[in-house]
Amino acid sequence: MGPHRGLQATSLALIACGAWGASTALGSARDGVARESAGPRSAEGLAAWREVYSVLTSPRCINCHTATNHPQQGDDRHRHFANVVRGPEGKGVPALQCVTCHQGSNADSTGVPGGRGWHLAPLSMKWQDPSEKILSSAEVCRAITDRSKNHDLDGRGLLRHHEEEPLVRWAFQPGRRIDGTARTLPPLTHEQFVAATRRWVEAGTPCPPRR
Amino acid sequence: METYKLTVNGQPKEVTVDPGTPLLWVLREDLRITGTKYGCGIGACGACTVHLGGIATRSCVVPVSLVGDRPIVTIEAMAEDPVGRVVQDAWVAHDVVQCGYCQSGQIMSAVALLKTAPRPTDTNIEESMGGNLCRCATYVRIREAIQAASQQLG
Repeated sequence: MGPHRGLQATSLALIACGAWGASTALGSARDGVARESAGPRSAEGLAAWREVYSVLTSPRCINCHTATNHPQQGDDRHRHFANVVRGPEGKGVPALQCVTCHQGSNADSTGVPGGRGWHLAPLSMKWQDPSEKILSSAEVCRAITDRSKNHDLDGRGLLRHHEEEPLVRWAFQPGRRIDGTARTLPPLTHEQFVAATRRWVEAGTPCPPRR
Repeated sequence: METYKLTVNGQPKEVTVDPGTPLLWVLREDLRITGTKYGCGIGACGACTVHLGGIATRSCVVPVSLVGDRPIVTIEAMAEDPVGRVVQDAWVAHDVVQCGYCQSGQIMSAVALLKTAPRPTDTNIEESMGGNLCRCATYVRIREAIQAASQQLG
């Protein structure tokens, strides 16, 4: 069930990311670009963002932030097996829902990851292009700080999402593969991820400039 | 070993098994309810599909410890289910089955589909049934039978 795990992990990450929203949203991100060259606070914020971005683009997160009709799974981000499709709400389709396999917690005996409300992130929170190339740091930053795309979350809401959302938290406790080995973790611990998010939000959610 | 109280096809059951035991094997080996089939063991083929809390579920990848108090319904109960009965009749009328091994899971998924989407399009059917494999390739007859059952159910 390596693929299952990967899918679930991705889904969780997506959800978590999808809930993102900076308090000042897109405007804040634009301000951040200006602050990047304007002062140390913005520089600190951008450094924190780089840490956040490293987690968001790890397989446990990015696999469920696709731009396609299907999730990915595994560290190689391959297409989820069993012809799984997104469905109208990112939860699959009637007889093939995410919860057809993914339960409320990890099933380590069968290798299927699980968490409450397993689902794909909405397409508004896609962090890949249609060819499955991961979007740049600047593009992802602007997407998650755009309140028209992120369920209208401000910075506080974004921080809370990273702290509390079950699927976000799942990414840091992703369980075991069907062969019994531990699923690969994001590059930061959950505590480090939340701390980086807090620094970024407190700096005004600056985004790096588009190249 | 742990003891679990389950509700299977409306009947209370009690089993004492390892918590990681897949529901499929509890049904087949401990409860001797063998209509649900083992296919791949990794949730990739759909032969083991049951309804868990009303949702089509791959019983081969769900440990019994995660079932909780959700009712389990298997192919054995479909003859008494209003939608299940119609689907089974459509299966017979369209001579869907060839070897038959996957058909328990096919019917369980078809019933789950029709209970959620009573008037499915061909695309709905193909997406929902896409996780149920049939090595005899009865897919065309499955789709026709689902459409016929949908019309029958009105």
